[in-house]
Amino acid sequence: MAMSINSSFTSAKGEGVESFLGNSLLSRTCPSSSSLCNNVRMKSVPKIVAVTAPPRPQERAPASTGSVKQAMTMTEKILARASDKGCLSPGENVWVNTDILMTHDVCGPGTIGIFKREFGADAKVWDREKVVIIPDHYIFTADERANRNVDILREFAHEQNIKYFYDIKDLSDFKVNPDYKGVCHVALAQEGHCRPGEVLFGTDSHTCTAGAFGQFATGIGNTDAGFILGTGKLLIKVPPTMRFVLDGEMPSFLHAKDLILHIIGEITVAGATYKAMEFTGSVVENMTMEDRMTLCNMVVEAGGKNGVIAADSVTFNYLEGKTQKSFEPVYTDGSARFNAEYKFNVSELEPVVAKPHSPDNRGVARECKDVKIDRVYIGSCTGGKTEDFVAAAKLLHASGQKVKVPTFLVPATQKVWVDLYTILVPGADGKTCAKIFEEAGCETPASPSCAACLGGPKDTYARMNEPQVCVSTTNRNFPGRMGHKESQVYLASPYTAAASALTGFVTDPRKFM
Amino acid sequence: MAITAVFQAKHVAISLNCHSPHGRSHSFSLYPRRTLQISHQLSSRAVIFSPNGKVSNARLKSERCSRSLISPVAMAPSGKVFHGECFVVQDNIDTDQIIPAEHLTLVPSKPDEYEKLGSLALCGLPSNYPRFVCEGEMKTRYPIIIAGSNFGCGSSREHAPVSLGASGVKAVVAESYARIFFRNSVATGELYPVESEFSLSKEFETGNIVTLDLESNVLINHSQNKQYTLKPLGDAGPVIDAGGLFAFARKTGMISSASA
Repeated sequence: MAMSINSSFTSAKGEGVESFLGNSLLSRTCPSSSSLCNNVRMKSVPKIVAVTAPPRPQERAPASTGSVKQAMTMTEKILARASDKGCLSPGENVWVNTDILMTHDVCGPGTIGIFKREFGADAKVWDREKVVIIPDHYIFTADERANRNVDILREFAHEQNIKYFYDIKDLSDFKVNPDYKGVCHVALAQEGHCRPGEVLFGTDSHTCTAGAFGQFATGIGNTDAGFILGTGKLLIKVPPTMRFVLDGEMPSFLHAKDLILHIIGEITVAGATYKAMEFTGSVVENMTMEDRMTLCNMVVEAGGKNGVIAADSVTFNYLEGKTQKSFEPVYTDGSARFNAEYKFNVSELEPVVAKPHSPDNRGVARECKDVKIDRVYIGSCTGGKTEDFVAAAKLLHASGQKVKVPTFLVPATQKVWVDLYTILVPGADGKTCAKIFEEAGCETPASPSCAACLGGPKDTYARMNEPQVCVSTTNRNFPGRMGHKESQVYLASPYTAAASALTGFVTDPRKFM
Repeated sequence: MAITAVFQAKHVAISLNCHSPHGRSHSFSLYPRRTLQISHQLSSRAVIFSPNGKVSNARLKSERCSRSLISPVAMAPSGKVFHGECFVVQDNIDTDQIIPAEHLTLVPSKPDEYEKLGSLALCGLPSNYPRFVCEGEMKTRYPIIIAGSNFGCGSSREHAPVSLGASGVKAVVAESYARIFFRNSVATGELYPVESEFSLSKEFETGNIVTLDLESNVLINHSQNKQYTLKPLGDAGPVIDAGGLFAFARKTGMISSASA
């Protein structure tokens, strides 16, 4: 149902208002309170002390024992804790406390505008250490308004003494800006802002990426974000959980991107609308954090509210040294109820693409081999992480060939960029990604940012200014997404993207692996 | 001149009145129960509502209408009836088609940039669609959008409902919405995201004259002489009536008034 706020303000007038004011559980009434009062009155009559009745079990409404009886999913547990409730069910509207609010240069200025308009010019954010501001979308452009928007972020961050503001001042060379990170969702993880059990809101739909850390993370608009800036709270509806169990042997030519494109193709771009998508199974357990992020990143392409994966030793190892904050993971109960359950044996799957113009327009890569392409793009929060480039480099190295079409490489963050020049690709004779890309004739890795994933200003690096065909490791291929309205985008894994670059056609990576 | 016709109908079930979420316009009239007054700019037909839900059309005896002269007969302080030409789009219209990413440098909370966003609404639609906002104009002539399923999918950009609202859109009637777009529409109070019981995007044509009555949850296509029941907006309605989340929260005492 499309009514997330529907009926929400009924509860907002009751419990919601109280929790908003910070005294959420004070006014709970207990059905046994009147009988307690009677007991007290009896005790106050001095002469019949001896005949006080033995204590009887109190009557208890089912709701007051729900926390011990009701099995919950991970998403429900996180939201229950964040709203100071014992238990929650899908459909309930609750005020949740925010652990992190992230915003960037596209939605930050509007969010700040609403915050100032509604809370006053001198208002202070609710917690300067919980607001993370990451310029990343339109950075390396001459567009004056885009540049101004980063200035607005900087001014606000200074005025509010925001602890985590990843600034960039010298646009001519990103490397001289040590604070600058790049794509927000990857930066959030790398800088230790993603922690199990927490609630993360961001003014970007791919905020759901952080669900890979066993937390609740979802994208919101400027108005909701402005509300959080002032209060630290947001009213949300508890989503039902769809579970996706991925088992079987993961073939070497498959990538997490293939799995999520397969799932979106299965359930459509609206298949998870308003729902949580929980990924589990042996394949997920064996995944790296970056692969898990790829899975969760694209749940919004299925309409999902959040994606979530249980935290485990892989998660804890990744977080080691990245955060000093303590966290408390939660896990789905064995008997928790799911809205739907899908099981996939990944050993039966093939490399897939999402054909123009929808992420659910699934096609098997080998069946698209006659689709001639003009360029390849590897980048974004979905497909611009270190391991995405390593995957592409591995395939290029294995082929020993040169690319036939322009191949654009945009590392998500400054750290990814450094990795391309420092990490040795396994089985590639001691070569780095950058070396392999250079030998294969790819474009030089560009400055980290969202770049052409979402088109952007006309001078954005690798933007599709012509009606061309592109194979891209990004997340959306709606008309005009990467620039030109008549361009065509095939979404694919880094393996498929690299293989396609080598042939100039959409290509199944098994041809080179 | 706008046409004004007064019908004396014995069984008028609903009264009509019209205002925008933010009082930014608009066209219609509220009259006592048994008199239905319709200000009808574009069609020579008007509608009589009857308690059994049937719609009958009536020829108007009147002068020619002119689109540029839309004169509200009355402005009512409450009520939600919208009237005018509709613009029809199909399934999965994503936020990049509503407002392409290259225009996201515009900041919705800045008044001049808000207006500019309005002039760009739906400019990302493929070229087989007519223009939603005419070249050189800031507002659309279509106050109501009819869409298929999953309208507003894609990014969380609040620029999407804002650009539609700024262009003069009062409501979208879609089979379903993407979650964040729906929520942003309510939070900003920019437009009413109404759900139809089934997709109307194949039945309606751009330019059809429609009346959307959110008090009775009825959509009338005057051009095709058809009436449709809509799903109620529920508690989201009053939030949009108030002008969005903050205005509603203040109105209902959830938060205190804005500091100076």
